[in-house]
Amino acid sequence: MWHFVGYRVLQAIPVLLVVITVTFFLVRIAPGGPFDSEKAVIPEVQAALEAQYRLNLTLWQQYTAYLGDLSRGDLGPSFKYPGRSVNELIAAGFPVTAELGFYALLVALFIGGAAGIIASLRPNTAQDYVPMSAAMIGICMPSFLLGPMLILVFGIYLDWLPVSGWGDSPGDKILPSITLGSAYAAYIARLSRAGMLEVLSQDYIRTARAKGLPEWQVVLKHALRGGLLPVVAFLGPAFAGLLSGSFVVETIFQIPGLGRFYVQAAFNRDYTMILGSTVFLATLIVLFNLLSDILAAWMNPRLRAQYGER
Amino acid sequence: MSAPATISLAEAERGTSLWQDAWRRLRRNRLAVCGLFVLVFFIVIALLTPWLAPYGYAQQNLELGATPPSAAHWLGTDIFGRDLLTLMLYGGRISLAVGFIATAVALLIGVTWGAIAGYAGGRIDAVMMRLVDILYALPFMIFIVLLMVVFGRNMLLLFLAIGAVEWLTMARIMRAQVQSLRQQEFVEAAISLGLSPAAIIRRHLVPNALGPIIVYTTLTIPSVMLLEAFLSFLGLGVQPPQTSWGLLISYGAESMEEYPWLLVFPGLALTLTLFSLNFLGDGLRDALDVRGARD
Repeated sequence: MWHFVGYRVLQAIPVLLVVITVTFFLVRIAPGGPFDSEKAVIPEVQAALEAQYRLNLTLWQQYTAYLGDLSRGDLGPSFKYPGRSVNELIAAGFPVTAELGFYALLVALFIGGAAGIIASLRPNTAQDYVPMSAAMIGICMPSFLLGPMLILVFGIYLDWLPVSGWGDSPGDKILPSITLGSAYAAYIARLSRAGMLEVLSQDYIRTARAKGLPEWQVVLKHALRGGLLPVVAFLGPAFAGLLSGSFVVETIFQIPGLGRFYVQAAFNRDYTMILGSTVFLATLIVLFNLLSDILAAWMNPRLRAQYGER
Repeated sequence: MSAPATISLAEAERGTSLWQDAWRRLRRNRLAVCGLFVLVFFIVIALLTPWLAPYGYAQQNLELGATPPSAAHWLGTDIFGRDLLTLMLYGGRISLAVGFIATAVALLIGVTWGAIAGYAGGRIDAVMMRLVDILYALPFMIFIVLLMVVFGRNMLLLFLAIGAVEWLTMARIMRAQVQSLRQQEFVEAAISLGLSPAAIIRRHLVPNALGPIIVYTTLTIPSVMLLEAFLSFLGLGVQPPQTSWGLLISYGAESMEEYPWLLVFPGLALTLTLFSLNFLGDGLRDALDVRGARD
């Protein structure tokens, strides 16, 4: 087990370095300087600005200085919002995105997990086909289509729920969470169905049934742990997907989260903000992949044994 | 070859091949067949668009403005008075082209990479697959957004960027296939006949791994199309005056309160295509009995 954890942690370090380096140089070779759009400025001001953003140094000096800042957790100043640091912008946006992602994940886990388990109990019957067809719709219906449709139906025609904002009026968190979570609910439904089907056909489930346990105990206590393993392994990629999916959902519902800041920064060419949030998001995604892999390995006795032997 | 009037003895003895078997199984899967039909229909339409489109591609009619579906404009018009059906036909061409071309890029890189790693084995394999592992952990979605911002919205770059993301799984699948195939006698026979590794991979290994490759390709196309639509929706993908279903959906979402048809029809087209590809992919997986291409 520790071998596995150590191996995965060691693997995460080069990944992060690659992310930081590639992002840094990509942003630097981007055409157009950050102050090009401004009116002509006096050379002294220009020089002062360049010094503040370290643009007067060589590329290599900028890179090492940036790495030094990063090691202290400093993402630098924003190009577009003078006087605000990238850290502040992320601190303002990320809690909103994290909350949205958390609710979306809850939606995905509960709806998807329940659908998958229900479908697996009676395979190839209506009880299987109905939830699985719904899951297929969830996979094929992209969030940027589902979101506007939900707004149209529940926000405008029925007028039940607010169509934008986050925490401004009651119920305005419902539609964004469903929009973001539905695709992952669909994937989780498919994964948990496959996982449960595999587990339910195994001997220890027959033993549990043979000793007279009620069916709900067999399903919820014996089968669930093994059956949901693929779902746990999927949580890492799902988290990454939720973060990038929040770009769209936050744009649709006008939520002041990190995803919206990121897209705006992309349009404004706020290079330090793009660089900082890419590094921040990438680090989070790498960490979550790591955690979900370790959790899945810990839950899987076979994998534990495999790495325990070495 | 001329078609024989009767089945010769040799043909009767040959029985059914894997592909005939798979085709028979696929035909029995109604959803997959529907998917195949819809897909072929869309592809034919996309190829014939310049002749089918009822109006000019950039033909505006500002006085007309947005109108709901009518006899003159079957799917209505947008705020510039452009015919929505025409826009969707041209948009579909681009959406499908991105789906197929980017998948082809992914296919080419992934199959080559996986086949070499699996065939070479040992240290070469270890290095090549560690690289795949590392790339797997990169948050590519964010990188594609970054690429689009830095280099502008370039179609070629879009193909390359999407293709570069999707080849990783293909490489893993191909490597696993090659590893299990290369133990078999026919590969040993090919080696002892003195065939070069490149020829063995091309002539013996790739054809035998075709099943999983086809299945995974069919499932990659919809995810690529989704990615393109996602980028276009954010304004980072296809740029006007060109259009794609993703871009049309994004315009439709802006004015859906007044003109819902501008959102609904492009949305239907995209969803229907994704549905068809997914059902076809699932059907092919069952027909070719491939495990682990998805989930």
